[in-house]
Amino acid sequence: MRLAALIPALALGLAACASTPPDAVRGTGDLGVVIERAAGRVQVVEHSHNVSLGTVAGLGDLSHAHVAFSRDARYAYVFGRDGGLTKVDLLTRRIDKRVIQAGNSIGGSVSQDGRLVVAQNYEPGGIKAFDADTLELLADVPAEYAPGKFSRVVGLADVSGQRFVYALFDANEIRVTDFSDPKKPVTTRYPAGKQPYDGLVTPDGRYFLAGLFGEDGISLLDLWKPEAGARKILTGYGRGEEKLPVFKMPHLRGWSLAAGQAWLPAIGRHEVLVADAGTWAETGRIPVKGQPVFVMARPDGRQIWVNFAFPDNEWVQVIDTVDKRVVHTFSPGKAVLHMEFTPRGESVWLSSRDSNRVSVVDTATFALRKELPADAPSGIFFTSRAQRIGF
Amino acid sequence: MDRPLLLHVAVLLGLTALAVNAAQSAEPPQPDSARQQALVHLVRQDCGSCHGMRLTGGLGPALTPERLAEWPDDALVATIIHGRPGTAMPGWERFLNESEAGWIVARLKQGFPPLD
Repeated sequence: MRLAALIPALALGLAACASTPPDAVRGTGDLGVVIERAAGRVQVVEHSHNVSLGTVAGLGDLSHAHVAFSRDARYAYVFGRDGGLTKVDLLTRRIDKRVIQAGNSIGGSVSQDGRLVVAQNYEPGGIKAFDADTLELLADVPAEYAPGKFSRVVGLADVSGQRFVYALFDANEIRVTDFSDPKKPVTTRYPAGKQPYDGLVTPDGRYFLAGLFGEDGISLLDLWKPEAGARKILTGYGRGEEKLPVFKMPHLRGWSLAAGQAWLPAIGRHEVLVADAGTWAETGRIPVKGQPVFVMARPDGRQIWVNFAFPDNEWVQVIDTVDKRVVHTFSPGKAVLHMEFTPRGESVWLSSRDSNRVSVVDTATFALRKELPADAPSGIFFTSRAQRIGF
Repeated sequence: MDRPLLLHVAVLLGLTALAVNAAQSAEPPQPDSARQQALVHLVRQDCGSCHGMRLTGGLGPALTPERLAEWPDDALVATIIHGRPGTAMPGWERFLNESEAGWIVARLKQGFPPLD
């Protein structure tokens, strides 16, 4: 009887040993994940030696997946399109916790103190806060803008004081929710421009910028003076010209600031917009190869890397931030969906969905350092995000 | 004329052309198998940017058989080809012709094929 009870326990123990990697004692500062979107799987990668360490499967629909990291950079929170929120242990490469928290989700973020994971959802429209250790639901904050009407939430960013800033695509609003008391969140609403499609906070967490789809311009909220409300910058950049069709929405994150300027995708134009990060006045526009999707500064701010929407998505361009012009154009593969810099920017990893590979490129020489096979890769996320505001 | 009005006219003209086309040939030409594969890829991966790879919706609505059942095929074809003014849906006429859009609509209504 006793022996019979022991056997399953022994089997479990053996299974645990078999899947524990031999290099269990190691840091996580050079780890990351690559989303394999169609397979519902992530690769755990390491950027000191540009290698893949293994995979974690069973993560659901990973189209438009986003990843945030725990404060100790051991766990990746993977947000799936199908509302799945999975806490993946990067060291054991196993699922630690998994919940289905919504019907349709596009991402999330971690609070200043690392204790809360907040998801942003399209269906039901709103945000939800979870305990970062257990994924227990702590607060549900619907984005209700009229009785019974809920907006899709975009651009969620963590800022100081346990606050999260986000925009409402369907309600032309920016909202700030304070989770100082996680079970009693307090939300403040700020009217903004038409159809905000994504948002970012500046690296110091002071300014929230919401890109607008429904009009030319960006809505800007100063979180040090929120009572002044949101104002519009870069208004009328299209100058009344007919927009080109947008075959994929651009993405914004806090890496758009470099050399004292904000570098932003123009909607419906093949241009990167440049604004002074002190006055927010337009200081230039740079013609590029297509509709920009990601406009990302190398961590030192000397270069901006740009990828593009369908049908120009095999191209990547590099802008020099001093000369404000394109200095390099190349194609790492077909359907380049995402880029991620190593923490200090000597390399950038690029995912090419339709070439089934990730390319590691030297940012000084533009030489290809490595290609790693991956199944229809999309997002690439390194643990250095754990220590940054707004990621 | 303003742009939305022009687009509506364009859509109506497109619909008329379709109706004439349909009257002439009951069986619309089918894309060959390589093209069908390319269209499945386009729908799941690139339409999927907004509608989700599983077509369950995102910034764009779900494109499931249940959701599309009430929409006439012609209106869906016109939406694919010309887009929907006032929304984020662009027209895809640079990449597809109407019979290919018709093939996509028919497949969407049946339950769209998976990626190869």
